[in-house]
Amino acid sequence: MAEKTLEIMRASASTASAPGIRQEATLSKLIDTTTCIGCKACEVACQQWNDLEPELTVQFGSYQTLPELQPRFWNLIRFNETEVNGSLAWLMRKDQCMHCADPGCLVACPAPNAVVQYANGIVDFNQDACIGCGYCIAGCPFNIPKLNQKTSRVYKCTLCVDRVSVGLEPACIKACPTGCLQFGSKAALLEIGGRRVAQLKANGFPNAGIYNPPGVGGTGVVTVLAHADRPELYRLPKDPSVPAAVTLWKLPIHWLGGIGMVAGVVIATLHYLRYGPKHVPEDDEPRNDQKVATG
Amino acid sequence: MSNIPNSEDTVLRYTLPERIVHWVSALFYMYLLATGLAFYTPNLWWLAVVLGGGSTSRFWHPFAGLVFVSSVIYMWTRWGKDMHITDVDRRWNKTVMNYIRNEDDRLNPAGRFNTGQKQYFWAMLYGGLALLASGLVLWFTDSLPWSLRWVRYIAVPVHVIAFLVTVAGFIVHVYMGTAVVRGGFASVIRGEVTRSWARIHHPLWLEEISKK
Repeated sequence: MAEKTLEIMRASASTASAPGIRQEATLSKLIDTTTCIGCKACEVACQQWNDLEPELTVQFGSYQTLPELQPRFWNLIRFNETEVNGSLAWLMRKDQCMHCADPGCLVACPAPNAVVQYANGIVDFNQDACIGCGYCIAGCPFNIPKLNQKTSRVYKCTLCVDRVSVGLEPACIKACPTGCLQFGSKAALLEIGGRRVAQLKANGFPNAGIYNPPGVGGTGVVTVLAHADRPELYRLPKDPSVPAAVTLWKLPIHWLGGIGMVAGVVIATLHYLRYGPKHVPEDDEPRNDQKVATG
Repeated sequence: MSNIPNSEDTVLRYTLPERIVHWVSALFYMYLLATGLAFYTPNLWWLAVVLGGGSTSRFWHPFAGLVFVSSVIYMWTRWGKDMHITDVDRRWNKTVMNYIRNEDDRLNPAGRFNTGQKQYFWAMLYGGLALLASGLVLWFTDSLPWSLRWVRYIAVPVHVIAFLVTVAGFIVHVYMGTAVVRGGFASVIRGEVTRSWARIHHPLWLEEISKK
C-alpha cells in the first residue's frame, strides 16, 4: 500500500536489486494466546483503521467471526475447541499475515514489485502492481492472501505499515484490552515472550513456548502458545516452509528451463549454419515448382 | 513462364480446415508463450507490458489456453490415426542422424508425417492437456479449500514442466518448418506441395495417395 522506496529490501519478480538502503530493527507483534480473551477488539480496529466494510459474518457453530480470512478481513480470531490431556481447551489465536523473514508469497509472485519486504521486516502487497494470478496463495504456508474477485487483486494484513511508518503502533495492538498484543522490536518481544513462557511453564504448562518457525526464516509475529509442542491445535502448521512446489519452480526448474530454451535456439542456429536447408532435387520437376513451394 | 505449377505437379498436403486449425493453434500458442514467458521470468516481463500489461495478460492467458487446447484436441480427432508410431517410424528413426545432417538420400522413408512430427504432435497433445488441467487449478486457485492445497502444489510444477516440454517441441518445429524444410511453411499456408518435395520428405505418403 505505502511507498517507502528507501526501505524496500526485497521486491517480487525483480531483475535489479531492491532500492532499500535504510537499516532498521525488525519489528514484530507479540501475540500471547494465553491472555487473549477473544473479545475481537483487534478485528474491529483492523476493519476501522483500514476502512474495510464489515463482512457478513457466518454462523458455523463457533464464536469465530468467519471461517477464513477474507480480502476485506485481515485479522481473524480463531476459536479452537479441542481436548488437551483429557480436558477441554478453548484456544484463541489471532490469525493474520505472519510477515515471514523468507516470505513464500514474495518468492512465488511473478509480478514485479507486487510483493515487497521493508527493512523493518513488514511484508506488503502493492495492489497496483498485482495481476491477480494467485501464486502468492500457493506460496504462503499460512493460508493468508485472499483474492478479491471484483478487483482481481490480493489483500492481507499490512502490519499497519502506514501507521508504523509514522511511529504509531498497529491498530489491533492499540485496541487490545488485555495486553496480549504488544508491538516493538522483534528482539524485545522475544524476550518478553520468553519471560511469559517461563511463567507458563511454572504454572502447569510444561510445553509452553514461542512459535517462530525457522522454515520461513522466523516470523514477524511472535506467538506465545501454551501448547507449543502441538501448534496444529491452534491451526498453525507444525513446521512451515515455502512449499517445495514453489521453490522448485523458482530455482532449479526455472534456471534449467531458461538455459534449455536459450540452448534450443542456439543449437538451431548452429545447425542451420552447419547444415543449412534440405535440398529437393529438381531433375524431374520444372524449376519453377521449387520457387513456388518456398513461397 | 507461369509461376503456378500444374495440378499434376503438385499434391494437396493440408486441407483448408487443417490449415485453419494449425494457425489457430499456432497464434494462440504464441500468445500463451509470450504471456507465459512474462510470468516465467522478470527478464521477459516486457512481453506482458507490450501485450497490454500484467493484469490484461493474466486475464486473457487462460482463455487463450482454452482455445489452444481445443484446437489441439481437434487436430487429434483429425490426425490422431496418422500419428501413431509404427514400424515405419522405427526404421526412419534408425537413420535420424542422416536426417539431421540433411543426407536425405540415405534416410529410411517416412509416411505422411515423419517420426519427429509425430513426437511433436504427442508432446503438444499431452503437454496441452497437462497445461489445461494444471492451468484450471491455477485459474481458480482461490476457490480451492485449504485442505486441498496439495492440488495447487502439484499444479505449479506441472504447469511449468509441461510448458517447457511444449517449448522444446515448438522451437524444433518452427525451425524445421521454416528454415530447414523449405516448402513446409508454404504447404501449411496454401496446402500444396510439389511431387518432388513429397518424394523427398514423405515418400510413403506420396505412394499412398498416388495409388488412389
